[in-house]
Amino acid sequence: MTQPVATCPNCGAKIVFKWSSSVQTVCDFCKSVLVRTDLDLTKIGQVADLPPDISPIQLNTEGIYNKKAFVVIGRILYEYEQGGWNEWHLMLNDGTSGWLSDAQEEYAVSFLASGQKLPAAAQLQPQQQFSWNGVTYTLSVITDAHFRGVQGELPFKFWDKGNITFADLRTESKKFATLDYSDEQPALYLGEFVEFEDLKLKNLRNFEGW
Amino acid sequence: MSTNPPSLPPPPKPQAKAVNCPQCGAAITLRALGQASAVVCESCHAILDAKDPQLQILQKFEKIVSDERPLIPLGSRGKLRGVDYEVIGFERRSIKVDGITYSWREYLLFNPYKGFRYLSEYSGHWNDISVCKALPVVDSRMSIPSEANYLGEIYRHFQTSDANTDSVLGEFPWQVRVGERAQVTDYVHPPRVLSREVMAGEITWSIGEYMTGHDIWTTFRLSGSPPEAIGVYENQPSPFSEKFGGIWKTFAAFALALVILMIVFDAMSKKEPVFSSSYQIASGLSNGEASFVTDVFELTGRTSDVEVATTANVQNNWIYLNFALINQDTGQAWDFGREISYYSGYDSDGSWSEGSRHDAVVVPSVPAGKYYLRIEPEVAPLHPYISYNVSVKRDVPVFSFYGLAFLALLIPVIIVTWRSASFERSRWSESDHPPTPIIRTENS
Repeated sequence: MTQPVATCPNCGAKIVFKWSSSVQTVCDFCKSVLVRTDLDLTKIGQVADLPPDISPIQLNTEGIYNKKAFVVIGRILYEYEQGGWNEWHLMLNDGTSGWLSDAQEEYAVSFLASGQKLPAAAQLQPQQQFSWNGVTYTLSVITDAHFRGVQGELPFKFWDKGNITFADLRTESKKFATLDYSDEQPALYLGEFVEFEDLKLKNLRNFEGW
Repeated sequence: MSTNPPSLPPPPKPQAKAVNCPQCGAAITLRALGQASAVVCESCHAILDAKDPQLQILQKFEKIVSDERPLIPLGSRGKLRGVDYEVIGFERRSIKVDGITYSWREYLLFNPYKGFRYLSEYSGHWNDISVCKALPVVDSRMSIPSEANYLGEIYRHFQTSDANTDSVLGEFPWQVRVGERAQVTDYVHPPRVLSREVMAGEITWSIGEYMTGHDIWTTFRLSGSPPEAIGVYENQPSPFSEKFGGIWKTFAAFALALVILMIVFDAMSKKEPVFSSSYQIASGLSNGEASFVTDVFELTGRTSDVEVATTANVQNNWIYLNFALINQDTGQAWDFGREISYYSGYDSDGSWSEGSRHDAVVVPSVPAGKYYLRIEPEVAPLHPYISYNVSVKRDVPVFSFYGLAFLALLIPVIIVTWRSASFERSRWSESDHPPTPIIRTENS
């Protein structure tokens, strides 16, 4: 794979993109948040130190989903009242990108679903039902979270968000949906809960004593 | 990869760390690597904010409400479903039914890769519990749905009650409080239980599977023996349910074998007529006839049975025949008596009849040889003309044996069915839907 290489406009370190469609990355050295326009990089911010990590997943963790190998190339860290969770950005071997979330070690893989009619945040109510792609989703919980940080490569510009509303929707199977209100236009992610062992993860963190 | 990533300092390693209680100063061990939301001081039982580096006090107590120690000590590790878990939290919860408090204990388990899991214990009955990933289907038109469908399996409503948290120890992934209340609804499909908990408007479904105290003791390598399981628990697998299906299958197999045996033996039986003769008794006053002997007939083949059949034209009368089957050569004799009686008439209910004009008896294990019958008839003192026929058949199938064998087979089936039903009665007697009692004795 040819990997686009650039230089950090802040510290001059070499920036390697693992995924050609990445829009944003974070410099490993100076933690500058860099946004790509063609091959020029613009610094849009700086990441503060992330809190001590509690997820077994990390950048470069590899795994398999739906018979497709993936590697973790970035993440967004959110916090809410009950704790924090990560949305790990996955690059799959067919060139697409997806997300692996790890809220309290409940693992779920999801993909952006575009072209769907989505409710406004103010209209959301628990137990509401929606139908997307022929599956009925029931709204289970509305979470007010806040952006805590980013790491690695992301498919969009994502920096310095404040409070974000998320709606979790469940189904009668392991399928689930998330409505993401971080932008003016809501985004829908459709996916399913997965078993940790089914992902066949490699390059996991080591926890001392475990 | 074509370029080696530059070596970076590794992120801080999370591990069990020791801090002190801001309330009493006792050491507190944090085991959940930062995943917990609340931690309870083991010494003064104050509930602390595990997310706060200063461990701000969330709830404290004037005196310790409960000194109950968990049966599985905090920090114990055991392998459940192939994964190591550490016990990090403990809580006692209770419900009140008809003024009686029933309490159970919950253990919170943690694995840094797999997350949280729970164990519950009530009266020596254990459950291995995890949060449902799929949403159970219930009829939302009912305030308390009578059943729930989870991943295609039907769970029956068992009980809905308000649970109170009485005491807590260790760490929890939510901000636990003593006195916190939840509506808990259990649906059962032994050995599994599906629970719906509503706390502060949020609904959580979890799925549990029954475990014995022995399983728990083995898993966590605990010393001593587990508390004895008392009564039948809501999702305890019936020891008879497996036997139940099995015993019916066994019964069906044996019954089929019996039918096959019957057919085979019937086919193998020669049913060979060897003798038949008719006799008369003239009407009169004598209450018997002198005994006489029949012609000699030959029984051939292997040692087997002999059927002696008698037909008499009795009408509102009887005849009693003393038989002896005698081997001409050895003198060996089989003595037996048969009564033939037949009565009929009319009364207000219509016609009736009693008895039969026909009788047959099987003499078992008669070796081959030359035989004759000695017959001594007895009749009523005043009797009409009676004629009767005696016939002998060699090697007939006997079906009464199969009937007995069938009944013998049925006994364990009936016992297991009955015990299984009584097990289910005990289970459901503790539910919101107790079975109609057959006899109820209550100690007042």
